[in-house]
Amino acid sequence: MKLFLRNTRCRILCMGFVMFFIAGCRNENSKIHSTDITVEKKNAKIETPEYLEGKKYFNQYCMACHMQDGMGVPGMNPPLVKTSWVLGDKARLIGVVLNGLSGDIEINGELYSNSMGSFATLEDKEIALVLSYVRQSFGNDAGPVTQEEVAKVRASIK
Amino acid sequence: MKSYLLVAVILFVVFFNSCNNYSKQDVFHGLNLDPVNDSLTLPGNFGLVVVSEGVGKARHIYVRDNGDIYVNLESKVEDSSLVALRDTNGDGWAEDVKYFDNYRGTGIAIDGNYLYASSRTEVFRYTFDGNELLPNLNKDTLISGFEAKSNHHPKGFTFDKLGHIYVNVGSPSNACMEQFRTPNSLGKDPCPELEFNAGIWKFNKNKINQTQQIDGIKYATGIRNAMALDWSEANGGLYAISHGRDQLNTLWPGQWTDEENAELPSEEFFKVDEGDDFGWPYCYHDRFQNKKVLAPEYGGDGKIIGRCEDVKEPLIGFPAHWAPMDLLFYTGDMFPERYKNGAFIAFHGSWNRAPLEQKGHRVVFVPFKDGKLATDKWEDFAVGFPHTEHVTGSSRPKYRPIGLAQGPDGSLYIADSRVGKIWRIIYMGK
Repeated sequence: MKLFLRNTRCRILCMGFVMFFIAGCRNENSKIHSTDITVEKKNAKIETPEYLEGKKYFNQYCMACHMQDGMGVPGMNPPLVKTSWVLGDKARLIGVVLNGLSGDIEINGELYSNSMGSFATLEDKEIALVLSYVRQSFGNDAGPVTQEEVAKVRASIK
Repeated sequence: MKSYLLVAVILFVVFFNSCNNYSKQDVFHGLNLDPVNDSLTLPGNFGLVVVSEGVGKARHIYVRDNGDIYVNLESKVEDSSLVALRDTNGDGWAEDVKYFDNYRGTGIAIDGNYLYASSRTEVFRYTFDGNELLPNLNKDTLISGFEAKSNHHPKGFTFDKLGHIYVNVGSPSNACMEQFRTPNSLGKDPCPELEFNAGIWKFNKNKINQTQQIDGIKYATGIRNAMALDWSEANGGLYAISHGRDQLNTLWPGQWTDEENAELPSEEFFKVDEGDDFGWPYCYHDRFQNKKVLAPEYGGDGKIIGRCEDVKEPLIGFPAHWAPMDLLFYTGDMFPERYKNGAFIAFHGSWNRAPLEQKGHRVVFVPFKDGKLATDKWEDFAVGFPHTEHVTGSSRPKYRPIGLAQGPDGSLYIADSRVGKIWRIIYMGK
């Protein structure tokens, strides 16, 4: 009996080691899923009607290039996450949407070179909602953009 | 005591079996093979050697006849954007790595004693004095005057056997819209971008200080962006594969679904003859109807053919948005006979399939026979690049194939754009 117990313990110990090594050696794919879930959970906290409307405009106008996760396309379309272009000066951000943007920009040491068209045909309210969504999504946590702020920048361009 | 010994043995076996895939080294002709092909899936009897874990964000790659490797980089490393690698002990791993010069480009190739490399707006030429790894850095400007633009800037190039270099000059836009990538904007007609863009230009490969405007011959037009091009003597000339149009759904809301945008517009594999017109921006190739149709910017509805009747059709329409980055006709003796003079294509993987899953990260093979396509079928050659399955975000993949080269022994080299990992594929069946 004692021997049996000891063997059982051994087996459990061995299985533990097997699990440990499998975990250590598996490929990293599984980690990506856990990141996705974290992002979704973070977003779930702030799903107000305005947020959902902003998300709708984002999916319609922005997602094709900036991707569902806001991370952009390497070398081409810049990420909207952890960058002063999104989190910093709101007037500059509104200006990008109204005027478009061309030429290389550098974000966190990476260069992005695709040009962006103008979205001046969108209404002030739509731009405010979509930018508020972007500033509060993908792990971003910055204040909203108001319709008045968009109108002010639009007036300064004309 | 005996049982403790048993435990020790079991632990050893468990440890060894669970991790040996990642520590074992096989050797083939002196090359250190990766025992699990670095998690890539290759056809049977092919193996893989890791040449470098990362040289920086690679674009095109070329292997000199002495085995030295040259890579053009999209971003700077050690304030340089070209890199040369040498395997000094024959194990496949490049021990000697030297960075040089300073511009961010794409194309790179060696012809005779010259190394050619392109920035976004020029093609340069360096001279090798002998067998040294780095060429003389006093370079000549072979060609300049290409328009500076942020879209489709890569100047991929190739040579014929008669002293010419063919340079891809991509379109500055997606579909020559009056307002850049703006929903419901019509196309400019005629499209002024076609004068010095959206085609392949031919130059003298031996004459320095040429400009596109004065010396360039517009060899073929209506090509949106074919940075992947190669000359095949056995198959009668120049071939290229172009990136098809983007954003049917978002630029023409209500007319095309997300699924149609993600699947319809082919990546077009062409045989390119002088004077050919492949129809961009007026036409795009629909993969399922297998023909060119009129683009919505010019009144198209997905069915109307109109002015696209007479433009040249592709040999193969590949799945939409897979992003062909390099083309290589295999002329080596290492691979089985059926690979001889066939085409390898490096697909970078999509971004414009969103919100659907991104697809296409792979190297494919297109068999040729008797100077033409063997069939209209192509096959996967290297697939399974990490983090490319079931991803919607284009920044997820860990590696993305971008450059192809053939080594002097017939090995196939693949370069990755994320970190510049380089793999060398060898055939072990002989």
